[in-house]
Amino acid sequence: MKLPILTTLTAALLSTTALADEIWVTNEKDDTISVIDIETMEVVRTIETGERPRGITFSKDFSVVYICASDSDAVQVMDPETGEILYDLPSGEDPEQFVLHPDNRHLYIANEDDAITTVVDTETRTVVAQIDVGIEPEGMAVSPDGKIAITTSETTNMAHWIDTETQTLFANTLVDSRPRHAEFVKDGTELWVSAEIGGTISIFDVATQTEKAKIDFEIDNIHPDRVQPVGFEFTNGDTHAFVALGPSNHVAVVNAETYEVEEYILVGRRVWHMDFNRDRSLIFTTNGVSGDVTVVDVASRKALKSIKVGRFPWGAAFRPTE
Amino acid sequence: MKHALIAMRAIVLREALRFVHQRERFVAALVRPLVWLLVFAAGFRAALGLSITPPYQTYITYETYIVPGLCGMILLFNGMQSSLSLVYDREMGSMRLLLTAPLSRAWLLFSKLLGSTIISILQVYAFLLVAWLFDITLPGWGYLAALPALLLAGLMLGALGLALSSFIKQLENFAGVMNFVIFPMFFLSSALYPLWKMAESSELLHDICAANPFTHAVELIRFALYVEVNGMALVWTTLATAVFMALAVWGYDPARGMMTRKG
Repeated sequence: MKLPILTTLTAALLSTTALADEIWVTNEKDDTISVIDIETMEVVRTIETGERPRGITFSKDFSVVYICASDSDAVQVMDPETGEILYDLPSGEDPEQFVLHPDNRHLYIANEDDAITTVVDTETRTVVAQIDVGIEPEGMAVSPDGKIAITTSETTNMAHWIDTETQTLFANTLVDSRPRHAEFVKDGTELWVSAEIGGTISIFDVATQTEKAKIDFEIDNIHPDRVQPVGFEFTNGDTHAFVALGPSNHVAVVNAETYEVEEYILVGRRVWHMDFNRDRSLIFTTNGVSGDVTVVDVASRKALKSIKVGRFPWGAAFRPTE
Repeated sequence: MKHALIAMRAIVLREALRFVHQRERFVAALVRPLVWLLVFAAGFRAALGLSITPPYQTYITYETYIVPGLCGMILLFNGMQSSLSLVYDREMGSMRLLLTAPLSRAWLLFSKLLGSTIISILQVYAFLLVAWLFDITLPGWGYLAALPALLLAGLMLGALGLALSSFIKQLENFAGVMNFVIFPMFFLSSALYPLWKMAESSELLHDICAANPFTHAVELIRFALYVEVNGMALVWTTLATAVFMALAVWGYDPARGMMTRKG
């Protein structure tokens, strides 16, 4: 009789261990990655990286993690199990953000200092194309069908539309001052671009590349200059967006249908980027100045806990451990 | 024992009746902390939230911080108010009637204390309800876990009021209590600002605040509202309750206390 109980217990234990998914956070000033165990909400591992790690993304099968080591002028490829840097990809100078194409092979990298978007083949480890874009490119996105890539340029204040087949620009659209982040939503029919200084998010119709809406943010008792939208992510079904509002220390919850802001949630100082857990019930925001990650419950829209990580956390990426 | 319980019930009921008959007192007791919460705290909304101190797990707004302090404020003002009513009782003669009951003085005083504390706690929960309506929420179990903390803090502050009332000869002197007890106790505590914030401006101020029993009562409530126990605050509040209660019993002893001098 004891044996089945023991087996159940062991299975339960094993499954608990297996379900302990992780959030990987790049620490810009520490040159490290802090790995947060989602179950215990504690940092369980700190991994050394190249200089000034910022953008971070996992391959589709989570077998490797790509890290933009901006000051090392490299995209580093790491084995997430061992934390060992496997090799560097040629990335162009000062890579800040990137996006992995749905083909799981091509990385589109924004080279901030060179006003270039570099396309790298991760299998052959070669640069496939370099596309001239505006000054200080940063935000990167690829449509779900993989046909369009977007680069936003901070100084030119534009979203550049790249045809991924020909690797050439086919449209440029103006956005508000200093665009930081871009995402395709609703099966690639809409493109959202945040403008840090402009304090807005512009929403484009992808088919026509025209602006269809703009979202403004306003927080009581906080000067509008401090309300600076940067990173954002979408809940299940793209119904709501969680938007990091930089030095206002708040995350906005935006209804993606009505484009109305429904809530502002207090998090740490200079909130920058974020990522969800597996079922998107929790979101983890990186707070640069306070050096921590705030965990927000998506359903109740309440901040649950802030977890100390390294200095100036920047990017966040979810990793299942199953 | 049965008589003692009957007496306690009578005293508690008298307190409750007095409270029911003074509805404006209830409103006043509720308005005071609400003004602090909705007017004063609103101006400081963004001022805090730069540091995380236990029991908080993340950044909080000033409104959230100030809630336990305002619960303490209700208990403090009510504790003092009930001492005021004792002075009134003494002047009207109903005190003599109470104290001539064939029961121990300490028991009668404790019953009086318990009665006024229960009324205070009801007001605290009314305040928490209004705060909840304004979206200042606490963990669900916190509302229950706070009950013993509120009881102990209420007894402590009520006992202080009792002790003080034994030394106040006339109703007019109560203004002195406001100036020299209530305000310093409230402002020199962690009710409005965390102790680390006090330390930033003055170490001395911080030390005074840390020694103030009201600080510990507030911290006990604060931790309890987040379903945690602050051991240090618990010990301090219990000790202070015992000392104030002993003082009150001594003060109301006709043989030794201030009652004799009053004649």
